[in-house]
Amino acid sequence: MSTLVAVRQGRQGYLLSAPALALYVCLLVIPLLLTLVLSFNVFDYSSGINGDAYTVDHYSSLLGDPYFYEIFLRTFWISALTTLLCVVIGVPEAYILSRMGAPWRSIFLILILTPLLISVVVRAFGWSLLLGADGLVNQTLQAFGGSPMKLLYTPFAVVIALVHVMLPFMIIPVWTSLQKLDPAAEQAAMSLGASHFTVMRQVVLPQIMPGVLSGTLIVFGLAASSFAIPGLLGGRRIKMVATLIYDQYLSELNWPMGAAIAVALLLLNLLIMLSWNRMIEGRYKKSLG
Amino acid sequence: MAFVQLEGLGKRYGDIDAVVATHLSVEKGEFVSLLGPSGCGKTTTLQMIAGFVEVTSGRILLDGRDITHAKPASRGLGVVFQSYALFPHMTVKDNVAFGLRMRKVPNGELQQRVDRVLKLVRLDQHAERYPRELSGGQRQRVALARALVIEPPVLLLDEPLSNLDANLREEMQFEIRRIQREVGITTLMVTHDQSEALSISDRVVVMQAGRITQIDAPYTLYEHPRTEFISGFVGKANLLPGERDSAGVVQVRSGGELTLSLRPEKIDLRDKDHGRLPGRIVSRFFLGSQWLYGVSTSLGELSVVRRNDGSAPLNEGTPVGLDWDTALLRVLSVDEVSA
Repeated sequence: MSTLVAVRQGRQGYLLSAPALALYVCLLVIPLLLTLVLSFNVFDYSSGINGDAYTVDHYSSLLGDPYFYEIFLRTFWISALTTLLCVVIGVPEAYILSRMGAPWRSIFLILILTPLLISVVVRAFGWSLLLGADGLVNQTLQAFGGSPMKLLYTPFAVVIALVHVMLPFMIIPVWTSLQKLDPAAEQAAMSLGASHFTVMRQVVLPQIMPGVLSGTLIVFGLAASSFAIPGLLGGRRIKMVATLIYDQYLSELNWPMGAAIAVALLLLNLLIMLSWNRMIEGRYKKSLG
Repeated sequence: MAFVQLEGLGKRYGDIDAVVATHLSVEKGEFVSLLGPSGCGKTTTLQMIAGFVEVTSGRILLDGRDITHAKPASRGLGVVFQSYALFPHMTVKDNVAFGLRMRKVPNGELQQRVDRVLKLVRLDQHAERYPRELSGGQRQRVALARALVIEPPVLLLDEPLSNLDANLREEMQFEIRRIQREVGITTLMVTHDQSEALSISDRVVVMQAGRITQIDAPYTLYEHPRTEFISGFVGKANLLPGERDSAGVVQVRSGGELTLSLRPEKIDLRDKDHGRLPGRIVSRFFLGSQWLYGVSTSLGELSVVRRNDGSAPLNEGTPVGLDWDTALLRVLSVDEVSA
């Protein structure tokens, strides 16, 4: 105890956290600052980046061009839909998981986590095999006399693959907050005359809201900045912000524009997540502490 | 017919009988405790009555109505859980009002009934607090108020005091009894604490390995335990060998084939060479209102309790004589259930 206080008060604390701090500064803070600076650099298609001249042109063209609006809007509705679907699927799944018996609970928890061990790229290709024009889904449809549907390179394909990838990030925080629940509270509610549905809505759900909130924040943040899945399953037409940035950097070679879009994405993402956090947490903070 | 009736109620988990064909009748307004060591089936019995555990065999009748397979919600019983099971995201008031809201009680009446029951459990000052802002005893009262406000026909208490510290536990014992009397509600309480069961119940049901072994009023149970297990579980007891003499009176005799129970407070400490059995004090514990002596005798070590009447206590090593009234010896039957 006393050593802990001494560490807190002295410089040793900073010294001990220096390696981690250095890592964050080198790998996060400096690149972010460089990106921010880059986004204000002047770019010319014939002469490239001019590191000495500064401009806000990239931001003004970002604000003025409906093309960018469309892509940002698509990114956010796809992320919001993914988050919503993760809540709708993940919360009941976590609940069922937490009510399972001893051997099955661990088995299913591992099953839910295993996809995280497989590369997103591999999983995205898996989905494209399933959803492609000659994919398993269309083959099945045709076998039953249906006409083939265009599934790949649609927002549908992007959303379904994103939900698949993001689901563990929703289930784990919800599952954690379910662990803190007193199962007797549900019995108490039932003995007081509540139906199963009322128990879920008025007793269980409000108590796991902090977990649902963390889950939505993680899923939305990851989805809005996802690259591999929209890149592989959205194709050339269904662009999202991350794939747009990639194009700016590597096809257009307009690094400053790419940097400006990246900064805009970061700020918008922060804004949405912080206001969402405030809105939900404010409602539950008083009661759940 | 009794108000609550268990007819051959039983519960099996796989190959294990948790509760074996239990019969019990509880009269209206009665306070009955189910007492037993952990794993004796008392909580399972309560949970079957509450409807949280599926019944394997037998019937449960409530005021003549068969509720054996009814859903918990339709039984309308008041349940107080060991963990209190309060809703942490609701204020005290909302916790208490929950059952009334489920019953769609109009708002005006709801307010009145919540206020009245909070006054009954002396929590009217804390109505707007959240459970985590309350002490253990206060949470206990919220749980009680929440169960009582729906005016259930029967109140079920599952180890209601086991999470409280000793002082508070005693206070809440009297509090529960006061409230139960005031409301006049039929109450079933599960407990493993014999002093709790003795002090507040009208009748105590002793359970052991899934079976009821004795049902009696607390005083009778204490004075006339039927088995060796009960005499040791309910209060302290000295077990002595004995036999009946020619007049049919039970006497302590070493090598006798009867097992006798004699409570520590029923033994008198006399001077050496007096009384029925010589002994020597080997240990002594001060309990405040009384002294607990361990006395070594030819029949083994006996516990003797003597009131703290202000006189000097006896030292360890003092030779004494033990005496008792033979009418206070109880013959125990051999345990039918081997625990």
